[in-house]
Amino acid sequence: MKRNKTNCLKDLNAALHSVFEDNDNVILIGEDLFDPYGGAFKVTAGLSTKFPDRVHSSPISEAAITGIGIGSAMRGQKVIVEIMFGDFITLAFDQIVNHAAKFPYIYGKYLNIPIVIRTPMGGYRGYGPTHSQSLEKHLLGIPGITVVAINHFFSPGQLLLNAIDANKPVIFVENKTLYPMKVGMNNDKLNIKTTDDYFPCTILCNNNEIEKTDVSIISYGGVSKIIELLMVKMANEEIWIDCIFVTEISNIELTCDLIENLKSENLLFIEEGTEKFNWSSGIIAELAKKNDNKEYQYFSISAMDYIIPASLDAELEVLPSLENIKNQIMEIL
Amino acid sequence: MKAELAYQKMYLIRKFEEKCFELFSDGHIKGTIHTCIGQEAVAVGVGANVNLEKDIVFSNHRGHGHFLATYGERKVFELFSEIMGKQSGLCHGYGGTQHIHYKNFYSNGIQGGIVPISTGMALAEKHKNSKALTVTFLGDGTFGEGVVYESFNIASKWSLPVVFCIENNFYAQTTPVEMAHSGKLSERGLLFGIKTFKDTSNNITSIYNTAKEAFAFVRTKGIPVILYTETYRLSPHSKGDDFRDKKEIDKMKAIDPLITVEHQLEENDANKIKVKIDIMIEEAAKKAIESTKSKFVDLN
Repeated sequence: MKRNKTNCLKDLNAALHSVFEDNDNVILIGEDLFDPYGGAFKVTAGLSTKFPDRVHSSPISEAAITGIGIGSAMRGQKVIVEIMFGDFITLAFDQIVNHAAKFPYIYGKYLNIPIVIRTPMGGYRGYGPTHSQSLEKHLLGIPGITVVAINHFFSPGQLLLNAIDANKPVIFVENKTLYPMKVGMNNDKLNIKTTDDYFPCTILCNNNEIEKTDVSIISYGGVSKIIELLMVKMANEEIWIDCIFVTEISNIELTCDLIENLKSENLLFIEEGTEKFNWSSGIIAELAKKNDNKEYQYFSISAMDYIIPASLDAELEVLPSLENIKNQIMEIL
Repeated sequence: MKAELAYQKMYLIRKFEEKCFELFSDGHIKGTIHTCIGQEAVAVGVGANVNLEKDIVFSNHRGHGHFLATYGERKVFELFSEIMGKQSGLCHGYGGTQHIHYKNFYSNGIQGGIVPISTGMALAEKHKNSKALTVTFLGDGTFGEGVVYESFNIASKWSLPVVFCIENNFYAQTTPVEMAHSGKLSERGLLFGIKTFKDTSNNITSIYNTAKEAFAFVRTKGIPVILYTETYRLSPHSKGDDFRDKKEIDKMKAIDPLITVEHQLEENDANKIKVKIDIMIEEAAKKAIESTKSKFVDLN
């Protein structure tokens, strides 16, 4: 895929156009998809004009459209379902857990179910408690369900194409604040590497000369912008940080393997979802179970275990911020 | 539909289900089963209209009859094996009684959840221009789930080739219809402009003919229908005690649709069919009992 100076939204849109052009069995189901509106966040803009037979704009029926998507995928279509706001994915939970996750296995022979359920998650925009959440943590740990989250370091469009080609149920989380962000790093001060995993991870470091860093960050999703800014800032203060940015957040083994190569024993997990029983806690538990005498110190920054207030100022206090991450790092040192 | 054929298909289901109870008591079947004793006329009457070259059937927890009446007619041994958790089962013993897939037959054990799935299958078939119908079986209890109404709405709005076959057997587990549902189940489709074919006879000939009309309608017009039937299960919900009024059950046993068809045949002819099927069921069950148990295999 061509990596123009494009933003995450345009990158995703281009990927959708290309997959529709290349495969005539791809269909899209979601709400308010038709042009000229083209979807609530415009990720699907232009598709209904170019491919009118294959874009289904539905009534407000998240459970049904997810189920319909699954059924279509079982009969040979490559399906993309859009849930308008990730907060509404709760309505599709039965279809995800008891149908999509099960059908590949319950019939004794593996069934390919090519369905990607894409949904925007996240806050920082003053949308209030039911339109700002990061609920992907509740979709982790479901056998048969893969959860992938975009970041701005790696082409979201390519990630989406990989998800579609995986031929299995994937929940594809698009953090809203990433949409207008340019794809790729915004500075040249950080060292960046991309793994060659199917859903690639990004490894960052603000000083490649040293063997040990002060803090190692493990993160995913929309906080990628904050982390990039933070690492550059910290470099100026000679605080050395390396970081792994995961996309396939449901792949706990991969994450743990990457953690082995980090350069600090101070592990700082950062995510936008709420704190208790979240993504970080799953990984920390997995690391602890290894019982391999590694002297890790575990820290985490997440949203407070509280609602996300509608007032933007209050919201910024509840969600992870550059400030509170910086303060946590200072505390660690 | 010829009486001999109808009786043969219905008796196969009846015998199979009765054998399941026996196997359960003897400890060969574990977990639970939901038999369709008394509801054979719907399974066979509707099933006989399914085009086994391409039509899809999506059934529910009470699906043995639907399977045997369509894609499963010659898979009796494999179905017994599946229910008993054997490797020789249709799904290697992984799905069991409620989760069956063979050719174009699928089932799942979640009330309501299968309705959008089958609607989606119809959407795919429409995209592929395959002219296949999707038949999905709902019970009265299923109408408590909101996703059913969402699916009716979309199937109608998007003109999808689905036959929503409703088997109202008047009880959802222990809950009678009057307690659970306001309005009339037979009129639910009207809200969505879905043409409803109604058959309350529980009679094989009548159901076969009503289903024939319903299927022809979908095949011609490419829009969904509701095929609403009333029936009665003569067995408990699963395998426990039956809490329904004994007098009511006895009254319904007296008008058992299987017996009605049997009386249309000469005694000799009926007996010939019975003996043949009895032997076949015994042999299939025995073979399944002796089959190797399923082991865990990671399908990934």
